[in-house]
Amino acid sequence: MKKIVILGGGTAGTMMANKLRNALERDEWDITIVDQFRTHYYQPGFLFIPFGIYHERDVKKPKSSFFPVGVNVLYTGIDKVDADNKKVLLEGGKVLFYDFLIIATGTKTCPEETPGLKEQLWYKDIFDFYTIEGALALQKHFKSWQGGKLVMAITEIPYKCPVAPLEFVFLAEEFFTKKGIRDKVDITIVTPMAGVFTKPIATKMLSELLVEKNINVVADFYIERIDNEKKALVSYDEREVPFDTLTIVPVNMGDKMVERSGLGDDLNFVFTNKHTLQQRDHEEIFVIGDAANLPTSKAGSVAHFASEILFDNLMNAIEGRPLTAHFDGHANCYIETGYGKGALIDFNYDTEPLPGTFPLPGIGPFGLLKNTKINHYGKIMFRWIYWHLLLKGKELPVEAEMTMAGKKRVTF
Amino acid sequence: MGQKVIANKTIDVNDEGYMTDPSQWDKDVASALAEEIGIELSDKHFEVLDYLREKFKEGEVLTIRKVGKSGIVDIKGLYQLFPGGPLKYSSKIAGIPKPASCV
Ligand SMILES: Cc1cc2nc3c(=O)[nH]c(=O)nc-3n(C[C@H](O)[C@H](O)[C@H](O)COP(=O)(O)OP(=O)(O)OC[C@H]3O[C@@H](n4cnc5c(N)ncnc54)[C@H](O)[C@@H]3O)c2cc1C
Repeated sequence: MKKIVILGGGTAGTMMANKLRNALERDEWDITIVDQFRTHYYQPGFLFIPFGIYHERDVKKPKSSFFPVGVNVLYTGIDKVDADNKKVLLEGGKVLFYDFLIIATGTKTCPEETPGLKEQLWYKDIFDFYTIEGALALQKHFKSWQGGKLVMAITEIPYKCPVAPLEFVFLAEEFFTKKGIRDKVDITIVTPMAGVFTKPIATKMLSELLVEKNINVVADFYIERIDNEKKALVSYDEREVPFDTLTIVPVNMGDKMVERSGLGDDLNFVFTNKHTLQQRDHEEIFVIGDAANLPTSKAGSVAHFASEILFDNLMNAIEGRPLTAHFDGHANCYIETGYGKGALIDFNYDTEPLPGTFPLPGIGPFGLLKNTKINHYGKIMFRWIYWHLLLKGKELPVEAEMTMAGKKRVTF
Repeated sequence: MGQKVIANKTIDVNDEGYMTDPSQWDKDVASALAEEIGIELSDKHFEVLDYLREKFKEGEVLTIRKVGKSGIVDIKGLYQLFPGGPLKYSSKIAGIPKPASCV
């Protein structure tokens, strides 16, 4: 019996378990998936929780509902991979041997990386919305908040779903306007990058929205620490941004398991061949989802597109063919902009988000880099697609490889 | 996309003045690019630039934190070398793309 082990049963690991169990004979291939938790959270839904649009029940389901029959499931922590001996050590001492390994352990927030972040103001005036706990605490806080300085800050790149902080300020703008206290809420977004938008065309097409909605931007601000006394962010070059309520994306890192296994970089993202999706130094290890150090977005849509490539290459490897499937870094992200509208971006390693339309048989076309109602419905529909099609590894009506159809090459 | 003549060499640059062909880079180009930003390059600067170019070649995503852990300078030190926007300025001078997010 040959063995495939999948580490992590989140978005990417679950998709792979379904695809592989469907394709491989049960009496030839044994498939095992390992995860420390039993609950699957629909993370894109966390964005809507602070504003009371979604509740906890809307974003959680048991992981077991999505694992296929015929896959061994182990709910336990992963200690480390011993790649030289093709085995995985689990917490509690159990050992799993593999012929092929898929690492899908994702990324998580590490507030302890920023001095002052997880201290007396944590979950009192400082929140994240990248965890269920943070999103729920912020929902409660916003119910009675009377206004003041609302700061949305990004500590470090890369972080998952790069547009989420932007969506957050757009939704906050709508939320406080509808509450009738927008004049008392000063909204600022703080980024370590040179601007909220860094790609020339997206900047031209979308930065107007921030001006229109009266949202301030502080750029090139690299947070060193949080001053709890003064209630201010302090940067390495000693600038300060004061806040009354701070929403923050803490430093994102891969799991410590990656560090213990010696397979990744300083942020514990696994060194990954950006085209074949193999681990850099071990050809029988593949990497998918947020855990990989790929130069594209850490997003569920990327994991979905990558899953098709990884599947093809794993089949190639199993059947002794060269790994001909090449991942292009394809990402497709809806951006909620408030008031029932949204924008859509579609890009890959080499092509920046371009305007035009995105063809989607039966439903689209969606407007790229345009602020429209149909794009908002796309985002809302995504939750259904996620639970019913995506996790189960079913075909979506979108190609893994980015298409130029509908896109316009523009110069400004 | 355009070209510019600097340190007696013609280099390809994008709209924001970032080099698009890392092979056209040399130390004189770096010094001239730095001078435009108002920075005079020391050996320490060059150590940082070499580190960035090497990591870029290996396909790694570059961050201020990563440079801070490189053993060359800490983050405060990096700010002193490239005030105002350490990663965007050091990348520009190193002849590699501007650090960018997806939009
Ligand atoms: C607020 C927010 C909004 C988002 N919005 C969008 C969006 O609109 N569109 C989009 O495409 N994406 C969005 N995303 C991103 C998307 O949710 C992630 O990219 C996706 O879930 C990544 O899947 P993954 O399988 O790589 O990681 P995960 O789904 O996080 O799974 C990793 C799994 O590995 C397990 N694990 C890790 N280490 C260990 C260990 N040592 N032992 C045992 N188990 C371990 C974890 O328990 C977890 O279950 C959003 C994310 C957030 C937080």
